[in-house]
Amino acid sequence: MKRLLRSALAVVPVVFGAPGEARTVEDSAGRVVEIPDRAARVFAAGPPASILIYALKPEALLGWPRALRDYEKPYIAAPWRELPETGRLTGRGGDANLERVLALKPDLIVDFGSVRDTYIDLANRVQEQTGIPYLLVNGRFAETTASLRLLGEALGVPDRGEALAADVEATFAQLEAALGSVPAKRRPRVYLARGPDGLETGLKGSINTEIIELAGGRNVADAPGRHGLVRASPEQVIVADPDTIVTWDRTFYDRVWRDPLWQGIAAVRRSRVYLSPTAPFGWIDRPPSINRMMGLKWLAGLFYPHLWPGDLRGEAHAFYKLWYHVDLGEAELDRLLERAGGRAP
Amino acid sequence: MNLARYRGRAGAGAALWLTGALILCAFAALLIGPYPLGLVEALSVLTGRGSTGQAETVLLAIRLPRVAASLLVGAALAAAGACYQTLFRNPLVSPDILGVSAGAGLGAVLGIFLSLPVVAIQLLGFAGGLGAVMLVAFVAAAVRTGDRTLVLVLAGVVVGALAGAATSLLKVLADPYDQLPAITFWLLGSLAGVKAADLVPAAPVVAAGLVPLVLLRWRINVLALGDEEARALGVEAGRLRLIVIVCATLITASVVAVAGVVGWVGLVIPHIARMIVGPGFGRLLPAAALLGAGYMLAVDTLARTISAAEVPLGILTAVVGAPFFLWLLARGRRAWA
Repeated sequence: MKRLLRSALAVVPVVFGAPGEARTVEDSAGRVVEIPDRAARVFAAGPPASILIYALKPEALLGWPRALRDYEKPYIAAPWRELPETGRLTGRGGDANLERVLALKPDLIVDFGSVRDTYIDLANRVQEQTGIPYLLVNGRFAETTASLRLLGEALGVPDRGEALAADVEATFAQLEAALGSVPAKRRPRVYLARGPDGLETGLKGSINTEIIELAGGRNVADAPGRHGLVRASPEQVIVADPDTIVTWDRTFYDRVWRDPLWQGIAAVRRSRVYLSPTAPFGWIDRPPSINRMMGLKWLAGLFYPHLWPGDLRGEAHAFYKLWYHVDLGEAELDRLLERAGGRAP
Repeated sequence: MNLARYRGRAGAGAALWLTGALILCAFAALLIGPYPLGLVEALSVLTGRGSTGQAETVLLAIRLPRVAASLLVGAALAAAGACYQTLFRNPLVSPDILGVSAGAGLGAVLGIFLSLPVVAIQLLGFAGGLGAVMLVAFVAAAVRTGDRTLVLVLAGVVVGALAGAATSLLKVLADPYDQLPAITFWLLGSLAGVKAADLVPAAPVVAAGLVPLVLLRWRINVLALGDEEARALGVEAGRLRLIVIVCATLITASVVAVAGVVGWVGLVIPHIARMIVGPGFGRLLPAAALLGAGYMLAVDTLARTISAAEVPLGILTAVVGAPFFLWLLARGRRAWA
């Protein structure tokens, strides 16, 4: 009886909605979802989704999962800097209240990331409970173009989706053409240092590090059969002897140049430790969303400086303009790229 | 009487045997690790006769502090566990009973949450552990009704639960891509990043806690008989209990600040020690400390060698310790005489 009532309720909008106002799309998980023709109020289920929506159709974004910090605000276009905090609906530490989500009156919920069964089930449950269509978009790096096109279509901005997808395709193609012939032995050996002591890292094959391989590097943290974030010991780092270290942790970056444990490592000896910019979003991770496209260009530039004559400053300016709708001034660029180029040897 | 003398001799023999074995194992552990380092090269580095490349860094700056830290952490946690088990006359008690781990966890997690440097995280962990136990002692002193021990334990449970809740709150608020993994790793315990500089403040504090315990070990033995009996034997239970709690807390908090939350050692090692030397605290304390040091050394050597990435200590101590403990129990030797 209950089930009957619920399915009857689910039919109501279709019955009463004017024809042509709704259509269906198939999301990355293969779910067929009925969505409004012009989604004007979109709720981002997590940080990766909020960036994707912001890049595609900022005026539809209802809020940021976490309010922007002051140092991040200059890198987001003015009207959307002050959007309210809406919380996370999924993933680790989901803290958005369904009633608050409903109070925002979204006409679409989007999650960008894993499309595994748990997330499919979660999407179905929220959709069933709230009656709001819930789209799952695949967050793997290799799927970026498909994801941009899918969500561009779903948000009613197919041209914008196509333009961004084309930009990604161009970057991917450029990398492939330049790096396809580089033998594995000649590729830089990269260590991603996380945490204040730099001893947290992502294993090869995890979503946090896939950018390294795409940029033509080799991740030295490789434990076949294991993925995800792990702790490494200094001895393991010494044995791996990376020639390039990438981090976004300011504390570690300041410490690595003085700490005796790191002095013998090739990357430190050659001053090849780089601090990734983190505003408004991380360049290499944090969160794993389309913000990594800028990091991909940056890393490829660090790994193969002779292959990219274009300057980082110009690239960053263009990227932020196309993707984040901001025209960065000189001061903002200075602050953003302060340490991104490594320390002078 | 005969039995006691037998145990006395066995205890001294066991202590000698354990110390010797421990020194050998510690030396062996120095030679094990992902960095290829032969015996000859290791000896030449250790005796200061020069070295090649990174060998000196690996041996002196990474493995030596780490082996020392594992000995210190194991000995400290097991000794604290032995103290608490004797004090509360209960074999199910671990060093966490008065909330020291929960408090230290909260302090360190707060440090990670505020993106503080490693030293500050360790200091906050230490302060959090001490703070939690002080709060417990304060609550127990304020409540003047009922069984003193029961009130103390209940206060420990309450403060521990509150600290746990606060830790969970910080985990919810933390950046899921940056701070949350760091918090998770810290709460599972690890010696991966330990340096000589971390041990410089921790070792004296552990020593400051251990020395009074060793000196008072025969009196503490009397505590196990109960307050009335202790008073009859001329031992003032209240003050002695306070000293034991202060010392055991200092010991635990300082090693938890360095290694993170490493469970199981403080619970199981005193049991195993008791099976070997009997329940007398005078022999139990050194035996537990030696066994704990050896156990931690073995577990940490596994943690840094069995995989290309570190295995958190909190996982290994349980995975290695639990089956071994069950086996010991199944053999049915005296568990709590």
